[in-house]
Amino acid sequence: MPKDQGIGASTKRREDVRFLTGKGRYTDDINLRGQTHCVFVRSQVAHGRINAIDTSAAEAMPGVIKVFTAADFAGKGGVPCGWQIHDKQGNPMLEPKHPILAEGKVRYVGDAIAAVVAETLEQAKDAAEAVVLDIDELPAVVDMKAAVQGGALVHDELSSNLCYDWGFIEDNKGAVDEAIKSAHHVTTLELVNNRLIPNAMEPRAAIGDYSMASDDYTLYTTSQNPHVIRLLMGAFVLGIPEHKLRVVAPDVGGGFGSKIFHYVEEAFVTHAAKVVGRPVKWTCSRSESFMTDAHGRDHVTKIELALDKDGHFLAIRTETYANMGAYLSTFASSVPTYLHGTLMAGNYKTPHIYVNVKAVFTNTVPVDAYRGAGRPEATFQLERVIDKAARELGIDPIELRRRNFVQPNEFPYQTPVAVAYDTGNYQATMDKLVEIADLSGFEARRAESAKKGLLRGLGVNCYIEACGIAPSNLVGQLGARAGLYESATVRVNATGGIVVMTGSHSHGQGHETTFPQVVAEMIGIPEGQVEIVHGDTANVPMGMGTYGSRSLAVGGSAIVRATNKIIAKAKKIAAHLMEASEGDIELKDGKFSVAGTDKSVDWGSVCLAAYVPHNYPLAELEPGLEETAFYDPSNFTYPAGAYACEVEVDPGTGKVTVCSFAAADDFGNVINPMIVEGQVHGGLAQGIGQAMLEAAAYDENGQLLSGSYMDYAMPRADDVPFYKVDHSCQTPCTHNPLGVKGCGEAGAIGSPPAVVNAVIDALQRGGYSHVTHIDMPVSPVRVWSAMQG
Amino acid sequence: MYEFDFEKPATVAEAVAALGREDAMALGGGQTLIPSMKQRLAAPSALVSLTGIAEMRGVCTGDDAALCVGGATTHAAVAAEAAGRYPALAALAGNIGDPAVRNRGTIGGSLANNDPAADYPAAVLGSGATIVTNNRSIAADDFFEGLFTTALEPGEIIVEVRFPIPERAAYAKFQQPASRFALTGVFVAKTANGVRVAVTGASESGVFRWGEAEAALSADFSADAIAGLSVPADGMVSDLHGTPAYRANLVKVMTQRAVSAA
Amino acid sequence: MTKVTMTVNGRAVSGEVEGRTLLSAFLREGLGLTGTHVGCDTSQCGACVVHVDGKAVKSCTVFASDVAGASVTTIEGMANPDGTLGRVQQAFQDHHGLQCGFCTPGMVMSTAALLAENPKPTEADVRHYLEGNICRCTGYHNIVKAVLAASGQDVSGVAAE
Repeated sequence: MPKDQGIGASTKRREDVRFLTGKGRYTDDINLRGQTHCVFVRSQVAHGRINAIDTSAAEAMPGVIKVFTAADFAGKGGVPCGWQIHDKQGNPMLEPKHPILAEGKVRYVGDAIAAVVAETLEQAKDAAEAVVLDIDELPAVVDMKAAVQGGALVHDELSSNLCYDWGFIEDNKGAVDEAIKSAHHVTTLELVNNRLIPNAMEPRAAIGDYSMASDDYTLYTTSQNPHVIRLLMGAFVLGIPEHKLRVVAPDVGGGFGSKIFHYVEEAFVTHAAKVVGRPVKWTCSRSESFMTDAHGRDHVTKIELALDKDGHFLAIRTETYANMGAYLSTFASSVPTYLHGTLMAGNYKTPHIYVNVKAVFTNTVPVDAYRGAGRPEATFQLERVIDKAARELGIDPIELRRRNFVQPNEFPYQTPVAVAYDTGNYQATMDKLVEIADLSGFEARRAESAKKGLLRGLGVNCYIEACGIAPSNLVGQLGARAGLYESATVRVNATGGIVVMTGSHSHGQGHETTFPQVVAEMIGIPEGQVEIVHGDTANVPMGMGTYGSRSLAVGGSAIVRATNKIIAKAKKIAAHLMEASEGDIELKDGKFSVAGTDKSVDWGSVCLAAYVPHNYPLAELEPGLEETAFYDPSNFTYPAGAYACEVEVDPGTGKVTVCSFAAADDFGNVINPMIVEGQVHGGLAQGIGQAMLEAAAYDENGQLLSGSYMDYAMPRADDVPFYKVDHSCQTPCTHNPLGVKGCGEAGAIGSPPAVVNAVIDALQRGGYSHVTHIDMPVSPVRVWSAMQG
Repeated sequence: MYEFDFEKPATVAEAVAALGREDAMALGGGQTLIPSMKQRLAAPSALVSLTGIAEMRGVCTGDDAALCVGGATTHAAVAAEAAGRYPALAALAGNIGDPAVRNRGTIGGSLANNDPAADYPAAVLGSGATIVTNNRSIAADDFFEGLFTTALEPGEIIVEVRFPIPERAAYAKFQQPASRFALTGVFVAKTANGVRVAVTGASESGVFRWGEAEAALSADFSADAIAGLSVPADGMVSDLHGTPAYRANLVKVMTQRAVSAA
Repeated sequence: MTKVTMTVNGRAVSGEVEGRTLLSAFLREGLGLTGTHVGCDTSQCGACVVHVDGKAVKSCTVFASDVAGASVTTIEGMANPDGTLGRVQQAFQDHHGLQCGFCTPGMVMSTAALLAENPKPTEADVRHYLEGNICRCTGYHNIVKAVLAASGQDVSGVAAE
């Protein structure tokens, strides 16, 4: 019998009511009194030297208040990178300044050069066209390998376009080389992990506001982590102390990583609001977001997998070029390194692994975390090379994986790439997958497809990810410039209602529903008595935000910890009220009772006593019932699973249709199954989108070819099937209080290799044995061209 | 977008008069024009909306038994109202864009724009339709003059399109994955006078007739009849979504599928 | 500037607009009806879908002046008269057919238009009809399920709950 509330219940989302009635409050829905509008003048060339910017005509146009250029930000900092990587030799990465408005050079199409602030949006647009730019176009570097082989320098002050050349783990390299040299078989695969444009449906927006009376700044912004923006922008860019800066991220229409980062537009509107003395609003058009939101992925990789004669993995060696774009975005440097290299062991026991990553500056928009961030790149290359190896060795791909799994009795399992998996059961998720995907019926379905003239294929893969980001002491050693804990404040009101202030941010994940399920379960009160507050630095003491599938594992753990403090104090009050020993007090179903007696006092009475302390142990206990807790995880969490995809390929056109997709995940404990499944569905569509449809493409001059939905193919309702998802295999996380692992990224991490494996399988079975790999997206033209040989 | 004067005449005559103004442009459903105006790629002094002209809306039968579609008829209306008499045309109209686009976009607007990947040019050319403007009739073979270029004079309005009804016809469209315009679309119509094959989306020169296939299909209206034919890749569009060779392949495959479906 | 008058959610409204004022802007800025969202500038995402005289249209690709006199329904007009969620809205909540909520108004409006045309659509009908509405969160699974449920069809056989 499913529960109807608390942990494990599929509680319907309370936030839906406002979204379904048009009452959401997104940043662009906010209009401040006296607000002005801002439009950026952006570079139309990928690389160029700025000789002069003439703003005089623009400034004379109707409604124009001021035209800003880099000179207006003299003395201000650049937008910082939050993670310092050290290269093979221990040298710090190259870290160029990322100014708010371009200084001296433009470095990608879309780079902000100037900005117009005007009374109306159309006036600002008109004036932006009147800003006269004198720019000498320079040769652009777009291809990563060319960029490090003597291409034009993106940053003149740097010695190279190579941001860093990272080896992981350098001490492993000798053993890896030796194992590969002497192995029975080595499978090699060169592949591209295609560049993606995140495309949260709400375009970015920001409104800056400044109060001269109090010298306070407020920034409304489309962010996944308002406190992080406050810290980065306040401390590093504008020099505003945190107590004078409020950052509000109201309803946010999706993020997928792209709204983690501190963008120049946020700093611009905040500073400009003080300069012009009025609020300054910027709303990104979709066309603008295509060329200014941080892109994702964009790795070029060679992977080698060494196996013995029985198919046991002996060693893995990879070399990856990772595109940073023109500047280092907030977490750009960590994605191809610690979020990628640490996952190269996958679900398998491979004794020797070495990962090399060359991060490269190019004249393209910055590249940073996008749903999965590094882990999809690791999973894709590993699961593709395993599939290729299985084919080369004539071993069933599922059997080859099973043969190499870390076994359930081998946890905790120390990988050769630094991380230690606390728990898991990969055989169980594979067994579950075989069941829910009805793999035994595949041949019959293939025969049906063949009757229609279509080639059917089956692709299977596993994945593991490191979530619940992150243990602060560990990431600090690895170069992170921030702690990655989370905070929560639980405020109990006198009448028993609870407000939870969390540093996690919900932009679709349903925190307003799931977090109350946890608190209500712990205390034994209705979920409706618990309210969540998030997204405003003025209301939430501290927070690190939402990304890396961390909200429940880290943010939820902070809530549990704060709630435990509440319960401990409430028990003291209850003990006093019942004249009993604190150690004898039990809390169940919202009632405190004295063990072994029929004495009890309900939750509401204890709360009232805390705020109306007439009968209260004032000598030992402060009145009130409010607690704050910080939670810093001791390890990552390791969700894992097995995915299967069936496709049909139309040999006449190369068109691939995803016929079915099944996902068997182990997320540990689950708070709200409905929401968890929804997260998996969304991740799957993004992964299928990467595999089948999506590609950010630049031409050799650095012009973005896929600059709108006319050329960037987003998954639509008829591109995907109903998914079969299952999360019944549960090995609870061993180190957080809820035993949860995180589910937000799994679908996007695990699904691309299944799709591509299925396409290759279809072609191989269909007689196209020369096709061993097709780069994503497996678009009709690519599949058809590959089939032609 | 740039500011302009908005006018919404009630008759063709008023519209023609309004379009006499310098840099005035006709506005059909606006589903292509408005996005390009947002990008500031068009700067009309005035937009003359044709959506208020009752005489330009609807589907009827002409004296010559042709299907007459008013120039301001939406794709949705064609999909619904032509279904009985010309199902191939109705099906094509019912697959342009998406439902909301079909509720605004018009046949006249689509033809006047002549996007090289639009669907209607294939139907009009494939059917051998006649474009009737405010002052003349233009045969389909004379109307399309290349990318975004037609025989229309400035200020000339497509009042009606007259489609002779073929014995058999079908449109086979292979969608570009992002825009869902035709990466290649082929309209095949079999009439007493032979077969017409019109191809959209593929050529750098816009919609065209594939004469070799027409001849083969006129002799034998079957997919097999063109099995041995091919179109040269030269002159086919090359972009993110297809090479010239790929598009040349699609021309043949989609032609065969249209024939099979007709 | 010219004055336009229309009926929005059953209420007569009017406002001063420029020729270039889009219906979406008139609704959002002129009338404060910010439930209609703008997610792209190429008429593809569908977040701005409203009904004009009962038909779904993309309000970002229609000039306010061109629909003067029309009857417009937005997401704010979709609840029941007593303020409770309407049939389509309720189905979306019941089946978790939304996450961030940004595409949701357009999805609800398109769904209502679909069900008006086709009261018992198949799964394929739903997926095809919604091709002009892009969602980045849900993977469409629960949207399609919600639409089928809103049409009164049994969705208990659809995987997952």
